[in-house]
Amino acid sequence: MKSAIIVFPGSNRDRDMVMALRQASGSDPAMIWHKETEIPDVDLIVVPGGFSYGDYLRAGAMGALSPAMRTVKERSDKGVPVLGVCNGFQILTEAGMLPGALMRNSGLKFVCKTVHLKVETSQSLFTSGYSDGQVISVPVAHNDGNYFADPDTLDRLEDRGQVAFRYVAADGKPGNNPNGSQRDIAGIYNETKTVLGLMPHPENAIEALHGGTDGRGLFDGLVKALH
Amino acid sequence: MKATVHVTLKSGVLDPQGKAIGHALSTLGFSGVGEVRQGKVIEISLDETDAAKAEADVKAMCERLLANTVIENYSIRIDG
Repeated sequence: MKSAIIVFPGSNRDRDMVMALRQASGSDPAMIWHKETEIPDVDLIVVPGGFSYGDYLRAGAMGALSPAMRTVKERSDKGVPVLGVCNGFQILTEAGMLPGALMRNSGLKFVCKTVHLKVETSQSLFTSGYSDGQVISVPVAHNDGNYFADPDTLDRLEDRGQVAFRYVAADGKPGNNPNGSQRDIAGIYNETKTVLGLMPHPENAIEALHGGTDGRGLFDGLVKALH
Repeated sequence: MKATVHVTLKSGVLDPQGKAIGHALSTLGFSGVGEVRQGKVIEISLDETDAAKAEADVKAMCERLLANTVIENYSIRIDG
């Protein structure tokens, strides 16, 4: 699987994403500076976590306007899978590639801890390495992860199976939402399920030293699906 | 001309910062404080001299960047 990572001023999980993609695919992703408009022919484009442009105006608002994101959108329209993690999720919503918006955490505090997520379905490029309803443990680290969309949009997301991950308690039951997101949403797909945005960091749960390896399933699943 | 853009959260969108400010005002002893909503003000100097054109330009700026219309409303004031 060939991949590319878009790097913005203020990205800080881009190298963690390199480690995860290297471990799963055996090859190094191309690093694309946000000012570039050329992205090599790849099977997956990743918009990584961090604080692009210092979260000025709104988290992800400036990054969404960068030249590289125009190319990402074009590729995505042609069906190339795009993964956005944390700031990457914020950028994808600001770019209009995913519905809704990510607002300040309801508790007004930066949240940095390990959370439990329910994998809503294994029927996607991104989650084929998991089973339906599996509960995984991965870290979150964000200030603006409070997913918001109007009720009609939320209903549509649910009806079309576009909710990818939800925050749950360790036993898989509702609870432990760290940021006040609507309907405990931690990650969503676009309509064709070729774009995934999520606030938690699967790339930071790939080594036993991280405290868990539940994030590997996402990358291993992608490699298998896109091989 | 000068444009002043007010960006506020839509009604119905939870404003945790506004809530925290309201709570802080209460603890300072200010009574009778109802709901508090926080927003931002953006001031823009413009070369344009026609107020209607300036407003149209700023409206486009709001739609494309200054406000996220999923969660925010905006209002524009143009001064000569």
